[in-house]
Amino acid sequence: MYRYDAYDQALVDERVAQFRDQTRRYLAGELTEDEFRPLRLRNGLYIQRHAPMLRVAIPYGLLASRQLRTLAAIARDFDRGYGHFSTRQNLQYNWPKLESVPDILAKLATVEMHAIQTSGNCVRNITTDHFAGVAPDEIVDPRPFSEILRQWSTFHPEFNWLPRKFKIAVNAAENDRTALLFHDIGLQFVRNGAGEIGIRVVVGGGMGRTPLIGHVINEFVPWRHMLTYVEAILRVYNRYGRRDNLWKARIKILVKSLGPEAFAREVEAEWAAAQDSPSVITDEELARVSAHFVAPAYEKLPPVDGRYVQSLADSRAFKRWAERNVHAHRVAGYAAVTLSLKKTGVPPGDATAEQMERVADMADRFSFGELRVSHEQNLILADVRKRDLFAVWLAAKEAGFATPNVGLLTNIISCPGGDFCSLANAKSLPIAEAIQRRFDDLDYLHDIGELDLNISGCMNSCGHHHVGHIGILGVDKNGAEWYQVSIGGRQGNGAALGQVIGPSFAAADMPDVVSRLIETYLGERHDDELFVDTVHRLGIAPFKQRVYAGKELAHAA
Amino acid sequence: MLPDRLIRHGRVEPERWTFLGVAAEEPAPDTLPAGPIAVPLAVWKGRRADLLARREPLGVWLAPTDEPAELAPDLHHLSLIGVHFPKFADGRGYSTAVLLRTRYGWRGELRAFGDVGRDQLNELRRTGFDAFSLAPHRDPEAALASLAPFKLPYQGAVDDPQPLFRKRFATGAAR
Repeated sequence: MYRYDAYDQALVDERVAQFRDQTRRYLAGELTEDEFRPLRLRNGLYIQRHAPMLRVAIPYGLLASRQLRTLAAIARDFDRGYGHFSTRQNLQYNWPKLESVPDILAKLATVEMHAIQTSGNCVRNITTDHFAGVAPDEIVDPRPFSEILRQWSTFHPEFNWLPRKFKIAVNAAENDRTALLFHDIGLQFVRNGAGEIGIRVVVGGGMGRTPLIGHVINEFVPWRHMLTYVEAILRVYNRYGRRDNLWKARIKILVKSLGPEAFAREVEAEWAAAQDSPSVITDEELARVSAHFVAPAYEKLPPVDGRYVQSLADSRAFKRWAERNVHAHRVAGYAAVTLSLKKTGVPPGDATAEQMERVADMADRFSFGELRVSHEQNLILADVRKRDLFAVWLAAKEAGFATPNVGLLTNIISCPGGDFCSLANAKSLPIAEAIQRRFDDLDYLHDIGELDLNISGCMNSCGHHHVGHIGILGVDKNGAEWYQVSIGGRQGNGAALGQVIGPSFAAADMPDVVSRLIETYLGERHDDELFVDTVHRLGIAPFKQRVYAGKELAHAA
Repeated sequence: MLPDRLIRHGRVEPERWTFLGVAAEEPAPDTLPAGPIAVPLAVWKGRRADLLARREPLGVWLAPTDEPAELAPDLHHLSLIGVHFPKFADGRGYSTAVLLRTRYGWRGELRAFGDVGRDQLNELRRTGFDAFSLAPHRDPEAALASLAPFKLPYQGAVDDPQPLFRKRFATGAAR
């Protein structure tokens, strides 16, 4: 992974000093609350329902074991012993003290980490494929490009006060694992007929109150122009994006109102003036950064491992876990493993300090000391020998990370919701737990098959409910918490937005509602048809009919 | 009126300029005051002949929605361009400055004024501003400490177009 040199380290250290001074001036009354707020947000510090919340950047989701141990130590020393992995591959602490934050940042800096631009109206943490570098369908490794983007966006002086937050995703595989079409900018790396690497640029996607799928504005930007092109997009947005209405300030609204073609023309005109910019990426720089992401020292292994095959035959539980949580790897004899943070009874994405340390140990023992955070709020060991999979499973079980539910209904994506977040309209964690409890029968769960269930506690959509096969949105009605249900959403290459099935439900009804959706699917499905495909084939009518049948759900309002 | 002191070229100096039309309720004066004045873009476009006849230093200032391209043919008449920040979180002025410096070739004084605090100075300086009138309650002497918090930033900007990645190799400091 990328290691800092003296320049990178100096910048992070200087940022700690700067934020320490800003915090001091705020506490001394030299900065008003309104002045300090955007400054602390640029360092991921929110004031939340119970306490400040600090969001630590995990650039493109990549972590070294020593970094995870430091995150665990911070959880123990400055928080209540746990952290929350978010859908943007970051880590959030829910209980730090404001005056301790500079010390937390100083500690992060010792392991080449920071909280820079994890909030605020600026370019946020760059996200990418959690299987980057190991996926069999990869076109090029997205990590060097993500790192080059990270450096470019860090303290970018022109784009630090944008109309609204700005999220960039990078995908460089055939299959999209980044929800690329739902980002302000999605950079899809491709190869042209001549074998050259370039970028298909997608702009104006997003979730939130106005969910929109992004538009391709250029089919092939040469990779050297990644920064100049993104700069051109951001300049157009910075100058013309709306600033009069918080809910209309994202770039998607500008793209929609101008139309994608007109928006593209503005960008192309801006870009035309930047052709000889020093920001054009050099071969040397790509080579320098790429050298940090060379493949680890893989052993030469047979593609089929006898012990692994034997264990699959011996243990049904292991086989079930392997079916869901073990993924293909481009190197023979290796696999990637998802450690599930979706155990029933634990808020999705939460991990204790002790669990983080155990995962760090597992990464050292089984996966070259590195791991990834997925946008589905799980942890990934990307380079595991197949012969070690049984041992990894045992260790994961002991740590509580072996729930065999990746891709299944109980692998719920959820924001922290009304229990923690001051923006939320409704709680999301108790809903997630109630649904997980309803579907705790593994045979039934596996029979239902692949299903993404996503929950957001408000329209900001941090739980990605728009792209859930089943999406649940917390809404406020006269001070009471209600839940709106949509079906048919999908992320990835065939991305789609879910359709709302009807009036919202009380919290207590939610497990029944999900059960009725599932029963409808099981009655109607064709062989090997996923829930979401059945929804797209039949439309929402039969699901709606069954869910609202009779007056049995008296709470529906 | 702007505060009586500003930061210019890294030092605190007394204000010499009169900025006209900054407050929304302020009417455009019939008679222009003596000394260096900076007027809104609309006043420059409307009273060009009057303003040029004064034979005193002249400036024009731009609001966030003003197009810097409109000023491009007239730069040789001007001694100062101001960019107004009605709210510090409104970042349009940064792009205005970049365009003035890099696309239209403005070399003279580029002044940020309005709701400007010390925590914006780094971005303002890097996008090409060389003079800063802070919000009235801000102390310019104390703010000098925040002009350049980062010795070697990653990306190129107006103050130094070379990104760090081109310098890493030039100095041989890359590993």
